Amino acid sequence: MATKLKRMAPSTRSSFLTYGMVIAAYVVMQAMLSGGLLTSSLKGMLVPICAYVVMAVSLNLTVGIMGELSLGHAGFMSVGAFTAVIAAAALQNTVSNGPLRLVMSMAVGGVFAGLVSLIVVVPVLRLRGDYLAIVTLAFGEIIKNIINCVYVGMDGTGLHFSMKDAASLGMAADGKVLLQGPMGAVGIQKLSTLTAGFLLIMLTLAVVLNFIHSRAGRAVMALRDNRIAAESVGISPTRYKMMAFVTSAVLAGLAGGLYAMNFSSILAKKFDFNTSILILVFVVLGGMGNIRCSIIAAAALTVLPELLRQFADYRMLVYAIVLILVMIFTNNPAYKAFFARFRFRRKTAGKETA
Amino acid sequence: MFSKLVPIPSGAMVPDRDVDKSPILECINLGVTFGGLKAVENFNLTIGRTEIAGLIGPNGAGKTTVFNLLTKVYQPTKGTILLDGNDTHGMSTIQVNRAGIARTFQNIRLFTDLTVEDNVKVGMNNAMGYNMWSGIFRLPGFWKEEKVAHQRAMELLSIFDMQDLADAKAGSLPYGAQRRLEIVRALATNPSLLLLDEPAAGMNPSETAELMENIRKIRDTFQIAVLLIEHDMNLVMNICEGICVLNFGQVIAKGSPEDIQSNPTVIEAYLGKKKEA
Amino acid sequence: MTILSNLISGVSLGSIYAIIALGYTMVYGIAKMLNFAHGDVIMVGGYLCFCSTAYLGWHPLPSVLLAMVGCTVLGIVVERLAYKPLRSAPSLAVLITAIGVSYFLQNAALLLWGSDPKVFPTFFNFSGKSSWSLFGGQLNVSYVAAITVAACLVIMLALTAFTGHTKMGKAMRAVSEDKGAAQLMGIDVNFTISMTFAIGSGLAAVAGVLLCSSYPTLMPTTGSMPGIKAFTAAVFGGIGSIPGALLGGVLLGVIEIFARAYVSTQLSDAIVFAVLIVVLLVKPSGLLGKLVREKV
Repeated sequence: MATKLKRMAPSTRSSFLTYGMVIAAYVVMQAMLSGGLLTSSLKGMLVPICAYVVMAVSLNLTVGIMGELSLGHAGFMSVGAFTAVIAAAALQNTVSNGPLRLVMSMAVGGVFAGLVSLIVVVPVLRLRGDYLAIVTLAFGEIIKNIINCVYVGMDGTGLHFSMKDAASLGMAADGKVLLQGPMGAVGIQKLSTLTAGFLLIMLTLAVVLNFIHSRAGRAVMALRDNRIAAESVGISPTRYKMMAFVTSAVLAGLAGGLYAMNFSSILAKKFDFNTSILILVFVVLGGMGNIRCSIIAAAALTVLPELLRQFADYRMLVYAIVLILVMIFTNNPAYKAFFARFRFRRKTAGKETA
Repeated sequence: MFSKLVPIPSGAMVPDRDVDKSPILECINLGVTFGGLKAVENFNLTIGRTEIAGLIGPNGAGKTTVFNLLTKVYQPTKGTILLDGNDTHGMSTIQVNRAGIARTFQNIRLFTDLTVEDNVKVGMNNAMGYNMWSGIFRLPGFWKEEKVAHQRAMELLSIFDMQDLADAKAGSLPYGAQRRLEIVRALATNPSLLLLDEPAAGMNPSETAELMENIRKIRDTFQIAVLLIEHDMNLVMNICEGICVLNFGQVIAKGSPEDIQSNPTVIEAYLGKKKEA
Repeated sequence: MTILSNLISGVSLGSIYAIIALGYTMVYGIAKMLNFAHGDVIMVGGYLCFCSTAYLGWHPLPSVLLAMVGCTVLGIVVERLAYKPLRSAPSLAVLITAIGVSYFLQNAALLLWGSDPKVFPTFFNFSGKSSWSLFGGQLNVSYVAAITVAACLVIMLALTAFTGHTKMGKAMRAVSEDKGAAQLMGIDVNFTISMTFAIGSGLAAVAGVLLCSSYPTLMPTTGSMPGIKAFTAAVFGGIGSIPGALLGGVLLGVIEIFARAYVSTQLSDAIVFAVLIVVLLVKPSGLLGKLVREKV
């Protein structure tokens, strides 16, 4: 039993460190929030940061664990966001409790994102590499385009849908337009809170980390490392890739719901190719398959443009340069060796004193 | 437990201890063509229930192609494969594995970023029953089965004395250990026929001798059949009971090690034709 | 007649995509990287050409040449500074770096030229007319469209001849097959890769000028959507294949224009991408791409 505990330690310890880091960050943020230490712009970023962290962790399941490049993750976020917004409006009269309504509508967002992913999963199972990347990109763009054409309204009789314009919704006089095609969703009730974001991150971590350290996760990683060998020991690519991909999409849908309900209005353009890329940057910068570092990267890179505010107009330029330099310094063998030597020296020096 | 080859009703030869049992594998007129090239043709082979059989031949003779046909990496264009009497026609690699064939690869194919233990556990995946939700929410089924899997993985690793390496990344193992881990992973799927593709490649003589012992031990413990491709004639002649020689995709000789060693066609295939005096 | 006119604008737009896709395909073939900054090189080409005519009052021809030279240099510099240090890095790291370069170029353009759209001058205006009138005025073929299609064909033929018959072209094909082996045969791999980037970026400048001539608004983000579409076109035709890039580009342009004309303006992009997905499901390596089978 003791040997078992010792053996279980590395992965479990790492998981607990990740949970601990998130809890600590939440406590600090909550304290700063109540102490009034945060600027209003940073305060407004807390929920988006949570949403991006969830996006990064869930994309890491696809890119890091499954090993397939996805350039359309924001598409699932978009589906989650808009369905959650509509659900929240529809539930307004039946569920008066705000947090409960938030949870219910986010769940609706997650379910719809999962349903859409069941369509996207077909090419995911057939294609590989850059061909798959382009297909996920295409799906992201298709989702954006379709949402740009959808009009949704609600009146006393229920929800109305149209693909033409707001007038053709055919609503009663008391009707309210929820989704106005290219104008996006309007009149959203801001239900999202930092606590909701924190709980969603914890849920996401539990799902993703437990998935990785179960037989399904092992099967997915085996398929990533060597598909032919995995099939030779009876692992079905269809089954396990689908599990990972749909799980990842559902989590992205939940994040979308959280994100959308932090704003009073939101555009489909918010979840375009550039957002998918941004989330991919979090994952790659944090290290593929490394959940903890992708959380840090997501939070840091979301705040970075804010911290670069002193550079004014140059801030996005600086952001781009920082991104390029970080990629070069973390991936070039010569620089890597240089830093590794440095770290090694420090470690041995520490050992000598101990 | 080295037995003489005796004929069974179909006319094929199996070790005498397997003569009462139906053979585990029967290939009948198996063939595959790649764009007009007949890579394997009219391949017939019968393997007894607990036989250690060898498949030898010069480079490019089609040995690995036979393995790929048996495991359905390629679908045969002709012929039948009977596994334990059942036709495997139309099965996928995955289904064939579930039906009882496990293999290793000539160019090692491990799950390099997983630990040694996880590599073995992947092999046990189909023996485990808990679903994704038990895994995610850590339900009792997860704990129970993972515990059993851990114990079994350790038992299997102990065949090659590899328990201490359980937590190492598979990709970081030395070459010989990687080959052994591939065998353990294949065994973890509970096969009735184990295909080994050049298991001794890159091993020194003492490692090869140890490997021979272990292959015998595996056969004796699990009571399974082993078919191996190997260039090390010492190993083949020492542990194989039946040997099949392939050249240019066709069987040129079959029989016991003694038969093969004295067969003039085999000698010619390996060394070339004797010059006319 | 409207069908014919739509077809012509589709082929013309498709030719622009094809020229960009040729650059993508060449760089992909050699460096095995998706150069996401390629679309932004188009934008830089457009701005260079715009500045030299609008501010310096140059004749169109030298300003197009300036754009080509400028983009070629830009391509080489970017490759040397950003991609070369990552030659042996995982492909995703290179992809992210390319995205960084794309952000950099867009934001540099934003600082230099501002965010308001610039109106690109009309180059292809001969004796006061910008199009041929055919069939008694029923069909108008703009000079831009004709020149674009011609330019695309010339470039494709020239590239095919170049990669097939010149020493440099053979070196490029060798490097794309196996960098290590090419190096051992005495090919300067770094120089070959630089040359590929140079050619690809030069083509991007041509595409930029043609794009801005057909759709004369120029913004820092002008290049990103055509870049993505051209990337799609390259994959559509089979990435790495020169005729594939042409075929993919033209088909994509035609589908886009027809979808816009007969189905829905807003959904045209969605339709283009949906066709792409269906084609890839049927032919997983694109229309003219080679399916590489893994050896077991």
